[in-house]
Amino acid sequence: MTKWLETRKAFPWNEREILRYLGYRGQEPEENVKKLIHECRLELEREANPKAVWREFPLTIRDHVLDMTCLKTCSRSLERNLKDCESVLLFGATLGSGVDVLLRRYGRLQMSKAVVLQASSVAMLETWCDWQNEVLSREYQEKGWYMRPRFSPGYGDFPLECQRKLSGALELGKRIGVTLTDSLLMVPSKSVTAVMGLSRKPWTCIVQGCEACGKKDCQYRR
Amino acid sequence: MELLKSMEERILFFDGGMGSLLQAQGLKPGELPGIWNITHPDVLVEIHRKYLEAGADIILTNTFGADGLKYNGQTGYCVEEIVAAAIRNVKEAIRQSGRHAFVALDIGPTGKLLKPLGDLDFEDAVHLFGQVAAIGAREKVDLVLIETMSDSYEAKAAVLGAKENCDLPVFATVTFDERGKLLTGASPAAVVAMLEGLGVDALGVNCGLGPVQMKPFVKEILEVASVPVIVNPNAGLPRSENGCTVYDIDADKFALEMQEIVRMGARMVGGCCGTTPEHIEKMTRLCREEKPVPVKPKGRTVVSSFAQAVEIGSEPVIIGERINPTGKPKLKQALRDRNLEYILQEGVTQQEHGAHVLDVNVGLPEIDEPSMMEEIVKDLQSIIDLPLQIDTSSPEAMERAMRIYNGKPLINSVNGKEESMRQVFPLVKKYGGVVVALALDEGGIPEHADGRIAIARKIYKTAQEYGIGPENILIDALCLTISSDSRGAITTLETVKRVRDELGGKTILGVSNISFGLPVRENINAVFFTMALFNGLNAAIINPGSAAMMRVYHSYRALMDLDEMCGDYIRVYAEEAAKMKASAAVKAAGDVPDLHGGESEVSALAVSIERGLKEQAASAVQKLLKSRDSMDIINQEMIPALDRVGKGFEAGTIFLPQLLMSAEAAKTAFEIVREKMKGSGCEQEKKGTIILATVKGDIHDIGKNIVKVLLENYGYDVLDLGKDVPPERIVDTAVEGKICLVGLSALMTTTVPSMEETIRRLRQEAPWAKVMVGGAVLTREYADSMGADRYCRDAMASVNYAQEVFGK
Repeated sequence: MTKWLETRKAFPWNEREILRYLGYRGQEPEENVKKLIHECRLELEREANPKAVWREFPLTIRDHVLDMTCLKTCSRSLERNLKDCESVLLFGATLGSGVDVLLRRYGRLQMSKAVVLQASSVAMLETWCDWQNEVLSREYQEKGWYMRPRFSPGYGDFPLECQRKLSGALELGKRIGVTLTDSLLMVPSKSVTAVMGLSRKPWTCIVQGCEACGKKDCQYRR
Repeated sequence: MELLKSMEERILFFDGGMGSLLQAQGLKPGELPGIWNITHPDVLVEIHRKYLEAGADIILTNTFGADGLKYNGQTGYCVEEIVAAAIRNVKEAIRQSGRHAFVALDIGPTGKLLKPLGDLDFEDAVHLFGQVAAIGAREKVDLVLIETMSDSYEAKAAVLGAKENCDLPVFATVTFDERGKLLTGASPAAVVAMLEGLGVDALGVNCGLGPVQMKPFVKEILEVASVPVIVNPNAGLPRSENGCTVYDIDADKFALEMQEIVRMGARMVGGCCGTTPEHIEKMTRLCREEKPVPVKPKGRTVVSSFAQAVEIGSEPVIIGERINPTGKPKLKQALRDRNLEYILQEGVTQQEHGAHVLDVNVGLPEIDEPSMMEEIVKDLQSIIDLPLQIDTSSPEAMERAMRIYNGKPLINSVNGKEESMRQVFPLVKKYGGVVVALALDEGGIPEHADGRIAIARKIYKTAQEYGIGPENILIDALCLTISSDSRGAITTLETVKRVRDELGGKTILGVSNISFGLPVRENINAVFFTMALFNGLNAAIINPGSAAMMRVYHSYRALMDLDEMCGDYIRVYAEEAAKMKASAAVKAAGDVPDLHGGESEVSALAVSIERGLKEQAASAVQKLLKSRDSMDIINQEMIPALDRVGKGFEAGTIFLPQLLMSAEAAKTAFEIVREKMKGSGCEQEKKGTIILATVKGDIHDIGKNIVKVLLENYGYDVLDLGKDVPPERIVDTAVEGKICLVGLSALMTTTVPSMEETIRRLRQEAPWAKVMVGGAVLTREYADSMGADRYCRDAMASVNYAQEVFGK
């Protein structure tokens, strides 16, 4: 990842994830689909301008109310995720508006490419977030803290309405250029916000990602 | 004005950070700082006073991001109270300090992105900023400072809002990231071009970076800016320490860095996030005695897009001429049918061929030119990063396009007639732009160069009276075809040369006019283009798809030492050579391989469609059209092929990208068949019209666009209303056209209520219309509970439902 950030070449792509978002379940893609994926990867490596920001806040949990200082909410699924945590990291990341320009361009002119670009950019964003989280996790572990996996507004019963407070507390607009629409969509579209718990105890629960989500009928479920 | 005078005489100092000082006093993260103007005036006055004591000359009101969006009464305060209180606090601090200082009305971003990236309308943004500026003017501030803008479009809205609502000096500073770009992509040169075009009194950078990281971008700005430059960095880069944000540069280091920035040529300096009265105090002490570097006009001729600046003068500039209906029946048809995709594709193709600027002309007698011009400029600038040339004879179309243009455009055109100059120059003055000036006037086109040069002189002089410098004029020396005037080329070339040599001006030509009426026009055009370049032509309006013209361009650059080590020439023509080789190889390999083991009933066309091979589908259909009837090809070959792909998709053996590539290949083939049918006078019967829309509040339209591609493939007419579409627009369209099927898409739970609302109103006002819905969050149960007629889990499901509704 560090190498890509410097050279803009050879992003550590997770090809399997791209195919999964496109609906493949282990099947070999056709030659022209492979070619499209390759083109999209190159354009994304050039146009993406990934950024991330985070801030630590103390956490208290009382009567199922999660108080993260800048944000109070009730969410059973997030509460499970934050068990034994004393503070949280609020996290925001984005691939930037250049990716949206690409998506718009091909959405008007070549839908097949727009679809592949969509899948590839989601995979890219996930890889970017994972990498940032790994770095953070290592840093905190050195100080004796264990970081929980990231959990985003809209997952399970973590209310999407929390986006507003979260975005305010992280100054997302000013720091990484991520804004919210009136209907709480993030712009640029390839952006993520999340909460990561920090605990003195290691993480024991193995349920995370898709498996932790209550939306059992999701077509992208692993 | 006193401020502008002081600005000329000496270095002026801005104050420093506010947010972190307020947080130290108890402001909570996420809390609106503007409210403190009213609830804690003493805290604000104290902070302002400390900055005054530290030596700041310009004090910012605590109104960053204070606009009618955030203070709309729901927070308990309205924007007027917040802004007025903020100004009072600064004035009180100045009074207490006994110093002489200027009050800057601080205007920051709205926190929303403008359309089409986000959901804030450009004019709404202009209004929000204008409202704040008007309050500032009423409360008698000394200047407006627009700051921390990381989107050029929002910066433009802010400058327009300020200038339309007050007569105060307007300064604007933007925020670059570590790559030296705004978050929406603009380079320093692009930002300077746009802001100077809009007439700001000073410009620069603030926030985002520390002084060290900012320096290279400050240098870039200083090289191109003709107005005083402002530099207000953060106290270095931020890091998180025990939950608090701290910055990595102390006051002494900050002061030293700022001294260097003043020596580079910055005329106004201060601080942003993390800087304190101590930083400002040390900075003013160190920089006060510095001799200001004089601000010099650069005289560069520059246009810009949302991302890049294109300079006209140092190198020949190619302006793509293809988006212009004159003599192009297909483009005319696209404009009449509102087939904007065709026009966008023309833009993208020209960019791929090497155009630097795109000409945009949509003048057709039967269309509403001003609306079409505005719409197509908005569309083009949302997908292409080249500057545009707004080409129209309608002053209304010109103004509407210039207003919403995201950058500094080329304008085509003004001429030496009094009326033309009276109409066009005020627009150029207000919105900024480089204007093409035709060397003709009330007396027509002068036959000799002398006459054309005289008109050019008159145009320069009149422009100056409007405050438009010669750098923002491109003289069009005018090409008259040599088929009717044998001296046409000689006169034009002489004019081009004399504009350069006698007037020190810059020129542009619509090169291909020269050969009008002659056979194999490219022969003449290419040689004339070479001659014109050699006589000093700066910009050429040509078809970049013409290999002959581009050969001239690339060869000229290589020959005239404008292409280092012939690098560009080699890049372009090595690629071309490789392409020629490759296409010869494809030809040699022959037709598409047969998928179905040689069974002859499956044609090459069907195979190409199933495999999603566009070019092969096109050539196969052309071959078939020679021997078979059009309708027969559609019904016997194409539709069955599409059906097979559709079935494969439903069965899970074919995936979405392949489905769409097949659809695109089929579309290419359909267009060729339709063209043929039109020629023979018979039209393919349309199966029915369907409305598609992404509901209000939702700005993700990929799902809707997939459905559109497939429905069109199956012969349905799609009225695509776009994204974020209000219920009334959908209902009105359904009522007006008596539409039988409406498809609605929503991505998020937060936008499902507007889908529900749309269905409710459709039921009331267009009860005949069936409604199909789809989108990430929807399920059949959800769709049923909203009263939709059908939940479509994917694009094929909507095709199947359309076939059910229309019975075909």
